[in-house]
Amino acid sequence: MELVTASEGARLLLLGNEAIVRGALEAGVDFVTTYPGTPASEIGDTFAGIADQLGIYFEYSVNEKVALDMGIGAAASGLRVLTAMKHVGVNVASDAINTLAYTGVKGGYVIVVADDPNCHSSQNEQDTRLYAAFASVPMFEPSTPQECLEMVREAFSLSERLGIPVILRTTTRVSHTRAPVIVGKRPTGHRSGSFKRGDTQFISLPAMARRHHRELLTKLASVAEYAETSPSTKLLRAPSPTKLGIITSSAAATHVREALDGLGLQADVLKLGLTHPLPRWAILSFLQSHEKTAIIEELEPYLEERIRAIAQEAACDAVILGKSTGAFPRTGELNIDLVKAGLAAHLGLTLAAPPPRPAILDHLPARPPILCAGCPHAASFYAVRSAIRKRDAILASDIGCYSLGAMAPVRAGDLMIAMGTGIGAAGGFARATNKPVIAYIGDSTFYHAGIPALINAVHNRHQFVLIILDNRTTAMTGHQPHAGSEINWKGEEAPAVSMEALARACGVRHVRTIDPYEPKEMRAAVEEALAQSEVSVLIARRACALLAINERAGKPFGPPYEISDELCRKCGICVTRFGCPAIYQEGKTFKIDPARCVSCGVCAVVCPFEAIGVAG
Amino acid sequence: MTRTNVLIAGVGGQGILFIGKLLAQAGMREGQQVVMSETHGLAQRGGAVVSEIRFGDVSSPIIPAGEADLLIAFEPLEALRSLPRLSKRSVVVCNTSILPPFAIQDPESPYPSIDTILKTLQEAAAEVVAVNAEELADRAGERRSSNVALLGVAAGLGRLPVKEETIHTLFRELTGPRAEANLRAFEIGEEAGMKLAEGAAPPSPVAAAGSG
Repeated sequence: MELVTASEGARLLLLGNEAIVRGALEAGVDFVTTYPGTPASEIGDTFAGIADQLGIYFEYSVNEKVALDMGIGAAASGLRVLTAMKHVGVNVASDAINTLAYTGVKGGYVIVVADDPNCHSSQNEQDTRLYAAFASVPMFEPSTPQECLEMVREAFSLSERLGIPVILRTTTRVSHTRAPVIVGKRPTGHRSGSFKRGDTQFISLPAMARRHHRELLTKLASVAEYAETSPSTKLLRAPSPTKLGIITSSAAATHVREALDGLGLQADVLKLGLTHPLPRWAILSFLQSHEKTAIIEELEPYLEERIRAIAQEAACDAVILGKSTGAFPRTGELNIDLVKAGLAAHLGLTLAAPPPRPAILDHLPARPPILCAGCPHAASFYAVRSAIRKRDAILASDIGCYSLGAMAPVRAGDLMIAMGTGIGAAGGFARATNKPVIAYIGDSTFYHAGIPALINAVHNRHQFVLIILDNRTTAMTGHQPHAGSEINWKGEEAPAVSMEALARACGVRHVRTIDPYEPKEMRAAVEEALAQSEVSVLIARRACALLAINERAGKPFGPPYEISDELCRKCGICVTRFGCPAIYQEGKTFKIDPARCVSCGVCAVVCPFEAIGVAG
Repeated sequence: MTRTNVLIAGVGGQGILFIGKLLAQAGMREGQQVVMSETHGLAQRGGAVVSEIRFGDVSSPIIPAGEADLLIAFEPLEALRSLPRLSKRSVVVCNTSILPPFAIQDPESPYPSIDTILKTLQEAAAEVVAVNAEELADRAGERRSSNVALLGVAAGLGRLPVKEETIHTLFRELTGPRAEANLRAFEIGEEAGMKLAEGAAPPSPVAAAGSG
């Protein structure tokens, strides 16, 4: 793989996430853990492709906290560790992060967190920069793939020198931008971990914790001093002297120069890479040498609030232009147009009116992501909907491909909040409403965060049906294996942790495993489960159709199905209730697209008039 | 200080990422500065997908409104959805083969007719070339190469910011079961594009060409 073999000075076209991997290799990373999540997934997946040959330990951990905990043990043993997760993964790992900051590390520890402004693939757009401040952990924010590589190296070096974990925070637009990257030298060989007992560094009992907290603040002061001269703190002067300054970081920084060009403005730019703690003196002298300084950043006014505090403390009266007036948005991503509009609003400039928008654009059919043809979740949802047709049931869903089923036409979900929340919320719904409640959770999500909630439901005698949608993979993020997989990421046999045994061990007495491709049997199983007076578990087991078909070298399960127009009574159930994307309506006729049909055969069972069968 | 912005729009699964990477790779091979933005994750499950590839004096990975020099659209509705990035300088190469968005159609938002789509695009852009990419790909013997065929049309029209030879070289370096079919599809697309550029009567599968 070029990412591994490229020698110093080579130019590779890399995704931000791939550049992070190369940077970690150049920093001599020994140990890598992750739980997959867009937009961070390619970091783990890239390591999975190379770790073995390079003698790097790699694993997909069961969740982000365990990934971090694994890293803590390794970094305490002197290894260089990288743990990657998406922004909401930090919520799961945060308990350990906040105390790891106190104890510090021996080997360098870089925690890569990918934020998702605009919620491209996420349930929220929380800003990890506030976590770095909250946990007192230093943080880098690269803007480009080249900076991803450089800042990972710098983060490892800083982490190991001061014995403190460091966050590298990207956003979707940084992780998923591809650009030429000039790579550096990759060392060979790895450290072996060692741990000497008798040290209290990793014991955070109160007496030690109080001391560790003071030590952490001293370390942070060193980092703040380092930030002043860090190569990631860049002052980019305008061609001629100007009274306008811009302070920026991350993806926002990439839009600034072209926005200035577009407005015909000149500004000096202080581009920050190490943004926690901030380079106070660099910022203050920048503010003092400009009449007005605009802070251009995505999401929270993280830089702005801290820069205002720096100015206030120094009684600096420079004008700071930020988000409070609404000129720059606090939601979503920035782009060149939004940066231009924000600067224009602050500086009283008039922008040329955009061309009129044709009315047709306001009525375009939406094209949201959907469940695939042959998706076993779609079949499960159909069976559940049939089972609850005459009941006023509440459906608590969770995070994964099956989240997509919450929308029309499937409408199999009334709640979708966070990993594992569906099971806990199901207990809440059941207690609060006395209605029948069904919770859905995916296989990987069940291992990740479902088990404590299930234990809670059993012990507190909640009554609901938990359906584990077991498609044998972490499908949404790119088919990574999980604790229930028989084969691990290396392709080796691995002990699969049984869901049935887990559910029984949690105290669930009614545990059934069913095949969602048999919707009639599944409907009966759901009805039986709903009749229980305690929590019951159904495991709907059938491999993800994409995965199964990949394993068959792209060949569908059989010949495509078709709808007999003669037998079809145009009830539309196959589209409105089942919702297979291979089935469509053309005028009054319902048809199956043979190119999309994977021959799962579920529609033939769904059709009440036996109008669907294999072609020919 | 020139910038060239190429927007590729379509539906998840149409090979948008592949075409984008190919163009970016070609640009890099020629020593151009290139930045590309990709759609991953949730958006790939049959949703609307774009790749944005910017060449020249660029730093932002996102093409501003009205600044796409070339739009290659693998699906007509997705071409229309990209309209805010077009201007009277833009060239659009649009596949005429429709992928209806799934599910019951909202009566307030029907799928527009292909004529309406092309007319709206023609009003917004400098030039719109409409081609049935699937038919071109069929001629190469591999329908799944329709994305490459459409790229070939853009190349034949002389609208790509990279040299056709560079793309040919990259195709030859690619391996895999479809490598040969891809090169054939690209060449068939190129020919169709060149004929259009010469102003010849559009050969069948090229459905319509016009300027606004």
